[in-house]
Amino acid sequence: MDTVISSAKKTVVIGPDHPFVIIGERINPTGRKVLTAQMIDRNMSMVCRDARRQVEAAAHILDVNAGVPVDGVESEILQLAINAVQQTVDVPISIDSSVVDALAAGLSVYEGKALVNSVTYEEERLETVLPLVKKYGAAVVGVANDDSGISNDPQERLRIATLLVERAADHGIPAADVVIDPLALTVSADDNACMITLETIRLIRENLGVNMTCGASNISFGLPWRPAVNAAFLSMAIAAGLTSAITNPLEAEIRRTIYAADLLMGHDAYAGNLIQAFRAEKRNTGRE
Amino acid sequence: MSREEEIKEGLYEHTLVGEAPEVIALTQEGIDLGMDPLDILFGALIPSLQEVGRLFEIGEYFVPEMLVAARAMQGAMALLRPLLADKGAEPIGKVVMLTVKGDVHDIGKNLCNIMLEGEGFEIVDLGVNVKPEEVVAAVREHDPQLLGFSAFLTTTMPFFKSNLAALEKADLRDKVKVMVGGAPVTQEYADSVGADGFAPDASAAVRLAKQLMIDMGYDISMGGDSEGASALASAVQAVEEMMVKAGADH
Repeated sequence: MDTVISSAKKTVVIGPDHPFVIIGERINPTGRKVLTAQMIDRNMSMVCRDARRQVEAAAHILDVNAGVPVDGVESEILQLAINAVQQTVDVPISIDSSVVDALAAGLSVYEGKALVNSVTYEEERLETVLPLVKKYGAAVVGVANDDSGISNDPQERLRIATLLVERAADHGIPAADVVIDPLALTVSADDNACMITLETIRLIRENLGVNMTCGASNISFGLPWRPAVNAAFLSMAIAAGLTSAITNPLEAEIRRTIYAADLLMGHDAYAGNLIQAFRAEKRNTGRE
Repeated sequence: MSREEEIKEGLYEHTLVGEAPEVIALTQEGIDLGMDPLDILFGALIPSLQEVGRLFEIGEYFVPEMLVAARAMQGAMALLRPLLADKGAEPIGKVVMLTVKGDVHDIGKNLCNIMLEGEGFEIVDLGVNVKPEEVVAAVREHDPQLLGFSAFLTTTMPFFKSNLAALEKADLRDKVKVMVGGAPVTQEYADSVGADGFAPDASAAVRLAKQLMIDMGYDISMGGDSEGASALASAVQAVEEMMVKAGADH
């Protein structure tokens, strides 16, 4: 099953027979003081810089989140950030907010078919987010948790993912436009967390066949060697069936591991992409 | 070295490496030998947790090491709590703590719980992903003086406001003081949603909780000895600050 996301100028296909799709995570004020301050000042220079750098580092889609710690301004800032990104780079955007009004505001200025990030299996979320997704003909990230929180049982996560796909269908959104987040929690708190995620990915691939994405950097919270842990997780998750991830392509270890995993999965004929990326890195190093 | 001293040294060492079974066994042995529970707490467990905080601050220790140390400490606290109560150390106040709806990050909240408890507060932990209506129900059921909301994501912080609105609607807002915290939260944000206080780390949460109790006219002089308490507070401050950095560095 292929999920097609697009901007005004570019189309990206997420699917099991396509190269892994990197959704750049950097445009997010959480834990970033300078970006937070700039966003609050309606200054989009760092947003543009992050957009350019991530696309140079092979991000296929950019996640844009404007959840600054100021009440009532997220919609406006999200619109500004989306417009800034659209004017800076060609890649499609994943519009990221837990505030439904902000998602609506973001969608209203977006040119193309966006990825809406995200909806959980909670009644009020489903009934507000899914109509928006339908109205704008977007695709949506469906997070495999419900009102009772996140289950540690892969079968339960599969059950919720199945319900999400069904509910989307009720709203006229095809399964191809639902990208399930199987949820990656930090192994800092539970050393079984990754195995639960991997099993969930396998179950969803076998039973639903829909595309999947997840916030891959969660896995390494609180640990040393975070890029290495993230990269190891990604290669395991790609083998299990993950078709996309929200991650940081600026980390060489992560970026290179994804190229390598694509090659090993048989998605990079004659290692063309990997070799090209290698040459590009070499050129950039020479320039510095 | 007396057995009592050996026990304290053992508690310090085992807490430092997060060996809960050993910490629990030694705590029980100390209790059986008639050791002062306050001495076990302030003479061994808290200094050890303080060292954990220092090691975390200088980059020697990582989150899993802090968590196992905190869990070992909690195991000991479960044994010590009733004895501390018997000694007349009444809780100085009751705090209902929770991570807001949509958010499952609990590491910072749990550290706050341990520290507040160390200072003599009674904690009712509602866990993570707690809905506004559950907050209202908990305030009705437990009748706390204080409420603590934690959010680790900018996307879940708006639930501070939802929770406060739910309390307002249930006519409970005046019954409790509300503290908020979490990696992306600022004083300005706390003010803008109408919280009674903001704490950037667990040590500040302890100070804030005490100040709010005083503001409400409570006498909080009953809690453990103040020297140990402030040592604990400073240890935790280091721990908490590093937790925030660990969460924010990526």
